[in-house]
Amino acid sequence: MPQPLIFDIKRYSINDGPGIRLTIFFKGCPLSCRWCHNPESLAPGAQKLYTARKCLGCGECVKVCPRQACQLSAEGIVTDVDLCQVCGACAEVCPSRASEISGRAYSIAELMAIIEKETPFFDQSGGGVTFSGGEPLLHTPFLLDLLMRCGARDIHRAVDTSGYGKTAELLAVAKQTDLFLFDLKLMDAARHQEFTGVDNRLILDNLRALAATGAQIEIRVPLIAGVNDDRPNLEQLAGFVAQLAGTRPRLNLLPFHNVAEHKYQKLDQSYVVAGMAAPTAESLQRAAEICSAHGLVVSVGG
Amino acid sequence: MKQKGIDMETSKNSKATPQRKAAAEGNFYPAAQNSDGPGMNPRIQRLRKLSVETEPSLSIERALHETAFYRENYGKYSIPVLRAMNFHDHCQKKTLYIGEGELIVGERGPQPKAVPTFPELTCHSVEDFQVLNTRDQQRYTISAADIETYAREVIPYWQGKTIRERIFGHVPQEWQAAYEAGLFTEFMEQRAPGHTALDGQIYRKGMLDFKAQIAAEIAALDYLHDPEATDKFEELKAMDISCDAVILFAERHAAMAETMAEELAQQETDPQRVAELRQIAAVCRRVPAHKPATLHEAIQMYWFVHLGTITELNGWDAMNPGHFDQHLAPFYAADLSAGSLSREQAKELLCCFWIKVNNHPAPPKVGVTARESGTYNDFTNINIGGITGEGKDGVSEVSYVMLEVVEELHILQPGSSVHISSKTPERFLGAACRVIRQGHGYPSIFNPDVYTLELMRQGKSIRDAREGGCSGCIEVGAFGKEAYVLTGYLNVPKVLEVTLNNGRDPLTGQLVGIETGDPSGFKSYAELYAAFLQQLNHIVETKVRVSNYIDRMFAKYAPAPFLSVVIEDCISKGRDYYDAGPRYNTNYIQCTGLGTTTDSLATLKKHVFEDQTFAMDQVLGAVTNNFAGEEFLRQTILNKTPFFGNDDDYADDIALQIYADLLAAIDGKPNTKGESFHLNMLSTTCHIYFGKMMGATPNGRFAGKSISDGTSPSHGADTHGPSAVIRSLTKLDHTLSGGTLLNQRFLPSLLKRDEDITRLGQLVRSYFTLGGHHIQFNVVDTATLKAAQEAPEDYKDLLVRMAGYSDYFNDMNADLQQEVIERTENEAF
Repeated sequence: MPQPLIFDIKRYSINDGPGIRLTIFFKGCPLSCRWCHNPESLAPGAQKLYTARKCLGCGECVKVCPRQACQLSAEGIVTDVDLCQVCGACAEVCPSRASEISGRAYSIAELMAIIEKETPFFDQSGGGVTFSGGEPLLHTPFLLDLLMRCGARDIHRAVDTSGYGKTAELLAVAKQTDLFLFDLKLMDAARHQEFTGVDNRLILDNLRALAATGAQIEIRVPLIAGVNDDRPNLEQLAGFVAQLAGTRPRLNLLPFHNVAEHKYQKLDQSYVVAGMAAPTAESLQRAAEICSAHGLVVSVGG
Repeated sequence: MKQKGIDMETSKNSKATPQRKAAAEGNFYPAAQNSDGPGMNPRIQRLRKLSVETEPSLSIERALHETAFYRENYGKYSIPVLRAMNFHDHCQKKTLYIGEGELIVGERGPQPKAVPTFPELTCHSVEDFQVLNTRDQQRYTISAADIETYAREVIPYWQGKTIRERIFGHVPQEWQAAYEAGLFTEFMEQRAPGHTALDGQIYRKGMLDFKAQIAAEIAALDYLHDPEATDKFEELKAMDISCDAVILFAERHAAMAETMAEELAQQETDPQRVAELRQIAAVCRRVPAHKPATLHEAIQMYWFVHLGTITELNGWDAMNPGHFDQHLAPFYAADLSAGSLSREQAKELLCCFWIKVNNHPAPPKVGVTARESGTYNDFTNINIGGITGEGKDGVSEVSYVMLEVVEELHILQPGSSVHISSKTPERFLGAACRVIRQGHGYPSIFNPDVYTLELMRQGKSIRDAREGGCSGCIEVGAFGKEAYVLTGYLNVPKVLEVTLNNGRDPLTGQLVGIETGDPSGFKSYAELYAAFLQQLNHIVETKVRVSNYIDRMFAKYAPAPFLSVVIEDCISKGRDYYDAGPRYNTNYIQCTGLGTTTDSLATLKKHVFEDQTFAMDQVLGAVTNNFAGEEFLRQTILNKTPFFGNDDDYADDIALQIYADLLAAIDGKPNTKGESFHLNMLSTTCHIYFGKMMGATPNGRFAGKSISDGTSPSHGADTHGPSAVIRSLTKLDHTLSGGTLLNQRFLPSLLKRDEDITRLGQLVRSYFTLGGHHIQFNVVDTATLKAAQEAPEDYKDLLVRMAGYSDYFNDMNADLQQEVIERTENEAF
């Protein structure tokens, strides 16, 4: 079984499903949403992160790099991405965590040990594990193994997905999942393509198929002013959700925040926020009303 | 990619403008609706405003009465009788105060916030008064005329006679050296042993009942066979006089209220106040002579007992009513069913009581003790909820009323704590968490299921253990039946520092411990640890020797006959509270800095002995130079060492070992009362003082910075969230201690939604299920704190929870303020 990389494990996670949860973030995503808050989640492979502010300028990484990819400059360490093979030697010697590697392979046993440590909190709160990303469906065999092991230990399982994956795999995962956190962004196919890099037909088809199995689903909508907070999009989206088969999903509006710039800097990437903004309180309120009008139970902010 | 919801929203958006406006009620409150500030009605608003805005002052009245009395009478009576007569004399002469609108009456000083001195224990010098009168924080005003009178009438008499001088005249040089180096503190060098809380006895017995009991004991004394009969007689006689003193004190209030009522009645302007004054008079005629019959009488009963004990002596941690809601519940139920009282009236009486406690700042401290405990807080702590002596849920409607009072008044004193057992209803935990969300630092949360076991392990009966709870900060005892004497803090990281300097204090070069070997020569971690252990045992023994001496000083020369009346078994034993009179008698050493010590040892173990990243001399050299030019080493330590509080067994096992060895060093050491010492893992604000007395430490902490508090992780060391902290903390067996302390800082942003409150409650339940003793939450945001530093006058009511209690941010010194700001923020989870 190919071992996926994990880029974060969050304890006392209280916004990713019921109760106190442990959220495991898989690396790699088929979408590339322009507003993405976790740019390190996109690429499936390991990536080097660098925070200039933390750098002491000690040059230890320059010494150890087997390919001479690290160079000390006036602005700190410059990494030649063409030479760098993300071997991690620089992060290993870096005293201040200025250089870090995002993405680490965990064995199933390691992850289960981490999950089991949290059971006292799950027990008291009705919480459990949430598998998020990135896109967990990119790693279905690994994910299924974890889900089954958690199921055998009566641990509540949530999967947070973009819905962009093979339908058969999604339905297989559904048999081992207690709750889906399913993201919907844009109903217009062209705009979806423009802002996320993929067509939304597969996502919508998958959501219909998933709902038809009777799976428990919570719809999550990142609300970005200027992108998807317009009435036509929200009307269409809420209408689509309201007509799904099975238990009617709750809908959760997640207001966008322009706080991810430092993360892009760490990857030496730029974050173009032009045309995107945090929704105003009024816009959020209006969005909630539009969705409620379709008979959906709406909550704001996780 | 998924947007991660509200944590993103709240974590990185540092707000430029604080959420609290000037003197607004709280983080989630609208602006004040009236000019007098918070309170359920105009009466409470006015009383609260007066209490909050009155500046603490010193009153020399008690010292003048006492000095005159001692001059006249010293040598004529036994010490207990002399003490009781001195107390009676003061109750007879002291200036009384019944304020406008008050329903609960009585002040220790001549007016609110006027604090007496206790020259028999510590006689303040003229210079002390000048410092107290002018210092920036914890200022106590005193007039030049009063200082002059004091210098003339009081100081000359007490010179050389005070308990403090006698203690310092006795202590051995090695104690003095260790004390001055900041290896430990000594609580009783200027205040009497306290931390006392009451059980329900005073609601079942009036002072006349106690007097009858005392008379019966006196009548039964057997001078033929009992060699202690004479001592018992003197103590019992002293107790009897003390009862009379408190009855007299109440009668004088009754007379004063009657006079005020008559004068006001003649003016015919305020018939309601006339009726209230007559009611006050009737209550004071009844209690404390008789047992209370109504809620009003029950509260006033406790208040007179409280005032009596804190006037008799200045016991550290004032006095505590214990499980006040449980004690008041029967009176509340009876009054409501009789139709003589409404819920609102009950709440108003409780507000009046709360404000009364706030009117009583701690007696001013001097020297080291002022540095280690810089606060007006005198640590009365109201226990709410919990379990009853029979093991049933103790929550009643009074518990909820009290939570409302805490939330609405948000004043410095009294402190409050909620006690959450497995039987406590979710509704009560939720109500408490909603008060915590307001960010006043109250209430803290305790686990009766665990502390009952702690008390039983020390030999208390199951019933006495269940009736116990916390007084002051996090220390627990058997309420109404135990003298649990906290003797002072132990600076555990400093013990390591001294070990790493072969017995010397690196700040002064003086030998302050014993020579345990040059650390450069240590071949293994085991050798280093053995040296640390040897040093630890030496320091603990040095402290215990003097603590035992001080215990006897108080037993012989400063007994507390009135306190002895209300603590069970003192009367039947004919012995004083300070002389093994109570049913249980324990002593404590409060250990601080578990996190700093653990992280420092983990650093040396990993980097010096295992990985050999650095040589011992290299680390010690960097520490000596406060890491100057050693940022590479320091960053490596900070980022590449397993630290306590992350559920990492490497560090947590070291913490477990230290805890086990602290227990071995302290727990079971005999005290002077036939029982023994135990330990608390507690710091209050002492971790700041201790940090100032230390150079840098191997865990990367800079010189002078505070050490870790209680059992909390070092600042910034816990990077895996509250559940990992809880997992680390509960690897320790809390039942072996007399209390542990866990501080968790939450920003209001983590507690916005109702679900967040539910999660907070579940986090508490998880901690307690795993065996945690206590947890408290500081709910503030950094922007608010920084704004408060810049514009202190706009943030007069900003309460911050520190290690074990709450304090006003503005009353803290700059170091303490910085510490609060730097505390690990849990906002990112």
